Amino acid sequence: MENYENISMEVNGKAYSIEVDIRESLLEVLRNRLQFTGVKQGCSVGECGACTVLIDGLPVDSCIYLAVWADGKKITTIEGVSKDGELSKVQQAFVDEGAVQCGFCTPGLVLTATSLTDSGREYSDEEIKREISGHLCRCTGYNKIFNAVKKVLDDKQH
Amino acid sequence: MFDIVNIEKPDSLETALKMLSHNPDLKIIAGGTDLLIKMHNGTLENAALLSLRKIPGMDEIRCLDDGTITIGAMATFAGIFRSSIINEHLPVLSEAAVSVGGPQIRNAATIGGNICNGAVSADSAATLLAYDAELRILGTEGARTVPIREFYAGPGKVNLKPAEILTHVVIHKTGYSNTSGCYIKYSNRKAMDIAMLGVSVVCKAEEGRFSDVRIALGVAAPVPIRCGEAEDYAKGKEISYETMKEIGIYAVKASKARDSWRASKAYREHLIEILVFRALKEAVIRGGGVHIGEL
Repeated sequence: MENYENISMEVNGKAYSIEVDIRESLLEVLRNRLQFTGVKQGCSVGECGACTVLIDGLPVDSCIYLAVWADGKKITTIEGVSKDGELSKVQQAFVDEGAVQCGFCTPGLVLTATSLTDSGREYSDEEIKREISGHLCRCTGYNKIFNAVKKVLDDKQH
Repeated sequence: MFDIVNIEKPDSLETALKMLSHNPDLKIIAGGTDLLIKMHNGTLENAALLSLRKIPGMDEIRCLDDGTITIGAMATFAGIFRSSIINEHLPVLSEAAVSVGGPQIRNAATIGGNICNGAVSADSAATLLAYDAELRILGTEGARTVPIREFYAGPGKVNLKPAEILTHVVIHKTGYSNTSGCYIKYSNRKAMDIAMLGVSVVCKAEEGRFSDVRIALGVAAPVPIRCGEAEDYAKGKEISYETMKEIGIYAVKASKARDSWRASKAYREHLIEILVFRALKEAVIRGGGVHIGEL
């Protein structure tokens, strides 16, 4: 049975109007239809955080978010984080702190960190750990990831 | 792809109720963090869904003039955790909200979904029980209000009829004023885990004595429960190490802990006894009382 719907959404500042299958996740539409392959498919059940994108500025697991729900929303993927060929402050902090190893968890973590810096709030060390806890890194790089996030938040706060 | 045959996205409660009464097979979907995983795992097939996401205002959190707090069923756990109303008046609910899943889950998962899927491990359930919360439910024949204590019908079952929608969680001022409390979620991991036991305590103290103690447990029986015997025992008792230890022992009596792969019955009962004590101890400290020692 075929069941399609038109949705309009903004991805990385660009407007898209596309027909999606009602059965599709936002992850599937972003990766397979719009070729934003920086959005990674990991566990598919909202546990690993690899598929994290920002929806209206908030990190959400796109694997358990229906594409039809994205109608009218502003989506940010890792492809939309750098501007004019320049890495964002978060990306630069990940590079400086060596927080990237295999890279599979990196897009999601950079997006979560971006939402933290954009929130304008201050975060204690414990709160930073809590806010990045929805991402699994199997290269065991959590210390460096934590350092990168802390660095960019500290720079922002001073 | 999810096994979805149809998804309705009404933009008002009236339309939603009409759709539900015309098609009783429609399954309500809120944040989707539970239902979509069931579909992924194949335990829910050929789903005909009714999404509440397009209905405006269903996530509002308000404090009415008489101090009654209403939480829209579509309020996310992140929204609850960040709400100044919740943090000021219902700090234990804020504590429970931030213990749910991880940040991305909390940005999608809703309090209404958490209650209506009937999970005994629902992090919000124990705390709402402890605050004597009520649920406002809308049907085609009007609205009704049910105490959350009467809402859970069995494992994964709630007293929600077909063509009914949970619209608000309501907490009256008498449920929270002059209280202090604590939620302890006990799980193997600090994040992204399901509770092995959830303990929520809300209490009032007067002149060194407990005047009102409400203790609720998640994952201690087939449904989230209150510990009536322990609460009765606590009332009027002096706040001391011995009383609080005794309250923990009484709390075990209300439970119907069982063996599961997550934890054994014996271990769960041990946890209830110890964690009720610890939650009470913390609640007393937060209420301006003294630290009475460790257990």
